[in-house]
Amino acid sequence: MNNLLIWPVALPLIGSLLALVWPRRADWAGIGASVAALAVAGLVAADVMRHDSLELAIGGWTPGLGIALRADGLSAALLLMSSLVALATAIYATNYFTDAHKRADFWPLWLLLITALHALLLSGDLFNIYVTLELLGLAAVALAALGRTRAALQAAVRYLTVGLLGSLAFLTGVGLVYAAYGTLDMSTLAGQVRAEPAAWVALALMTSGLLIKSALFPMHFWLPSAHANAPAPVSAALSALVVKAAFYLVLRLWLDVFDVALGPAAAGMLGVLGAFAVIWGSWKAFRAERLKLLAAYSTVAQIGYLFVFLPVLLASAPGAARDLVFGALVLFALTHGFAKSAFFLGAGVVLQRAGHDRIAELGGTARALPVTTFGLALAGIALIGLPPSGTFLAKWQLMASAIEVGQWLWIPVIAAGSLLAGAYVFRVLGHAFGPGEGVGPALAWARQELPALLLAVVATAVLGLGAVHVWSFVVPGLAIGGIQP
Amino acid sequence: MSLSASLPLLILLSSLVPGLVIFLLHEESRRLRTVLNLLGATVKMILVGVMIWGVFHEQVYETRWTLAPGLDLVLHADALSVLFVSLSTLLWLVTTVYAIGYLEGSPHRSRFFGFFSLCVTATVGLALAGNLFTFVVFYEFLTLATYPLVAHKGTPEAIRGARVYLAYTLAGGMALLIGAVWLRTLAGPLEFVQGGILGGMEHLDPWALRWIFLLLIVGLGVKAALVPLHGWLPQAMVAPAPVSALLHAVAVVKAGAFGIVRVVYDVYGVEFAASLGVLALLGAAAAVTIIYGSVKALSQDHLKKRLAYSTVSQVSYIALGTAVLGPLATIGGMVHLVHQGVMKITLFFAAGNYAEALGVHRVSEMDGVGRRMPGTTLAFTVGALGMIGIPPVAGFVSKWYLGLGAVESGAAIWVLPVLVGSSLLNAAYFLPILYRAWFKQPPAAWPGGHEQAVGRWEIKGALLWPPLVTAGLAIAAGLFAAAPYSPLEWARLIAEREYSS
Repeated sequence: MNNLLIWPVALPLIGSLLALVWPRRADWAGIGASVAALAVAGLVAADVMRHDSLELAIGGWTPGLGIALRADGLSAALLLMSSLVALATAIYATNYFTDAHKRADFWPLWLLLITALHALLLSGDLFNIYVTLELLGLAAVALAALGRTRAALQAAVRYLTVGLLGSLAFLTGVGLVYAAYGTLDMSTLAGQVRAEPAAWVALALMTSGLLIKSALFPMHFWLPSAHANAPAPVSAALSALVVKAAFYLVLRLWLDVFDVALGPAAAGMLGVLGAFAVIWGSWKAFRAERLKLLAAYSTVAQIGYLFVFLPVLLASAPGAARDLVFGALVLFALTHGFAKSAFFLGAGVVLQRAGHDRIAELGGTARALPVTTFGLALAGIALIGLPPSGTFLAKWQLMASAIEVGQWLWIPVIAAGSLLAGAYVFRVLGHAFGPGEGVGPALAWARQELPALLLAVVATAVLGLGAVHVWSFVVPGLAIGGIQP
Repeated sequence: MSLSASLPLLILLSSLVPGLVIFLLHEESRRLRTVLNLLGATVKMILVGVMIWGVFHEQVYETRWTLAPGLDLVLHADALSVLFVSLSTLLWLVTTVYAIGYLEGSPHRSRFFGFFSLCVTATVGLALAGNLFTFVVFYEFLTLATYPLVAHKGTPEAIRGARVYLAYTLAGGMALLIGAVWLRTLAGPLEFVQGGILGGMEHLDPWALRWIFLLLIVGLGVKAALVPLHGWLPQAMVAPAPVSALLHAVAVVKAGAFGIVRVVYDVYGVEFAASLGVLALLGAAAAVTIIYGSVKALSQDHLKKRLAYSTVSQVSYIALGTAVLGPLATIGGMVHLVHQGVMKITLFFAAGNYAEALGVHRVSEMDGVGRRMPGTTLAFTVGALGMIGIPPVAGFVSKWYLGLGAVESGAAIWVLPVLVGSSLLNAAYFLPILYRAWFKQPPAAWPGGHEQAVGRWEIKGALLWPPLVTAGLAIAAGLFAAAPYSPLEWARLIAEREYSS
């Protein structure tokens, strides 16, 4: 019994209510709740490191009847990442909204989003997950509409429709599971699921709902406009955290619950879709005319990589070989979370400073905003997958494992995706270094420029140089030690 | 941490830390920046001096850091890495002095010197890399650190040059990465070992190894400017003169050549590579590049472009020495790593001086520059004669050993014509410049219009001394080639260790 797990959910919720009843002090509620949530996320991670996994049955009701919260290496790592990204983004947001109304609308919704996200990561049963998924989706839509431009509203309506469709598919799957097995608790289910039609149909329904929400090609059509038209702090959270939550659930279902019901072909199919996402998303990002649209398409591509991991993961022999791929997958997801949020925040600074984010007219940005440009470059390095970023090591492991299990198909996909990413990142930097207006101060607005830089440094240096700890955290049994000559 | 475990790391940090601090400096804090630059370069010199002594006495220096399961970042000093480290450290010091003088008063110096230090850090990391994974890491890092230097001027032309550079090097980096990952899955951690590691593994499929070799050489050949992968180099000459000097002498092209040397000797093992038949391929690529680069250089009127094509040609001597089996050719290739660096940096310094003082960018504008700038032109002459291979300048020594090696290994039939042909071509594109510079009448007015008043000398001291010093080094490396610790003796030591194991 461990009461700690309630706090990453409860603290943002309390903050959200405070911000609602006390809009003039909403900034403080937001920052305070974010700091507190980060602190407890750190405690959860420390506990997971000691015990491998944690469980809390709320109110003492046993799972099956009551609600269970669980944390293991995967969920704790994502929890830590999301609360860190959320804090940095919140600090950025304190200086972003100049309109008092928007500001009053932003904080309660934002903290609700974080609440839903944390609850989703810690939930141990499928119905609870459905509820948090729905809540997450609604909060995300409301935040995406905050821009209040026509384009933002249109995108938000589409986002809402698609999100509801996804939830509906997921809920149908959950209903089937309950009809077939009489329980929704995931750890109980894991022992009961067999390779039979009921399990396949249920998994197919839930997975397709999640694929829509994670914007896997070709279900990505709603993402670029929704993410690109939202206010910058919202875009950062949507791209870095929200789509990843859906992917996290796919991972949970496929690896922990339905693993016995799966053949290799199913994972291969997701991998192929992922490959298309990598190429198509990177290409569209390269062709994008606006910085935020570029970042949104880049998310489509990076989500694709996560799905490319799946077939390699499931084809690797359980044990050390699979653990290596799994650690790399988590490392990739974490690095992308930090890098993408940094990129969106940086894009937000450029957008506010220049009044537009048209890439072709970014000349002089490197001179006017050196810190932000540097942050964009660092985040870009992680998006391409160059050393010393975490994605570099993750891609190395992905390619090595793909070669070992004989899935050569992914090698050219990864190569082409990385080169295209290089093209779109350096297209931005090329324009930013180009001739243009104005020499600004080295650091214009610390509260706006520093969060992006710090997130980018985490993605590029901290996760890269300390990557080995990610492996030892999420797959504790793995032998890490360097090979001595 | 003991000295033997921390020395390689300290050498890396001695340029990384000043670089990062310089980024934070205000544009106007000129003195502090200069102190940091020179302090870093001097500390690095001292540390490298300790390392040279230690490696000569068979001390082991190794820093190891586990990045991911089974992937260690290893910095390791052996005779070959010391050769490259000392070259980059020495030339970094000289180039820093030059760059401080060259960029005086121009904008964005903090950014420039920051990336400049990162660029050297990457090069030193490459030199000290103890396995192929570490090499790949620093190879990509070098690409990133150099891009802002090429783009530094911010003109459309500079941005375009930087973009072309990036397209080539990122694609090459990807080929290298795939080759390295593939080889890693077959052969385990690819620690660099003198004599190679693959020769002892008989279970490996030779065709897989040939394909991997091709991937690695394509990846490395981009930076080494092997034809047809050389297209970025002439475009990258839009960079400021100190950058071109460093790019052509130490950092980028040399990184590629050094990587080829590493892969052939310390991963495949030169004898095993020869038995796979891949050395013939490398030799052919090198021979074509040597001739092609020289022929292209002939027709360039732009001085820096002519020098760039000359680099394309000269760097492949290193690959040529690697591709010919036998210790003498090895010596020739290795020693050229140093000799070409010293001579080429002299030429680029001089070209920068002509542009800076007189506005002279083209060969056709160089009539009589020797009278106006005798010191610079003297240095240029030494470099040019060295490139042609005229004793006692260092270039002669390289070519002599390459020729001897070719005879020893029985490859004389194709290597000697390449050497002779390229020397003739070198003479054909360098001698006319020297003739113009020394014997023709200077024009009434230089293309730059106004001449800067520079006091007693032809140009300010920070720009005059570096080429004179490197020209002196080029002569010394030739004259005292037999002295202990000379590049030639060091190359001999490497060859002994490569072939005895």
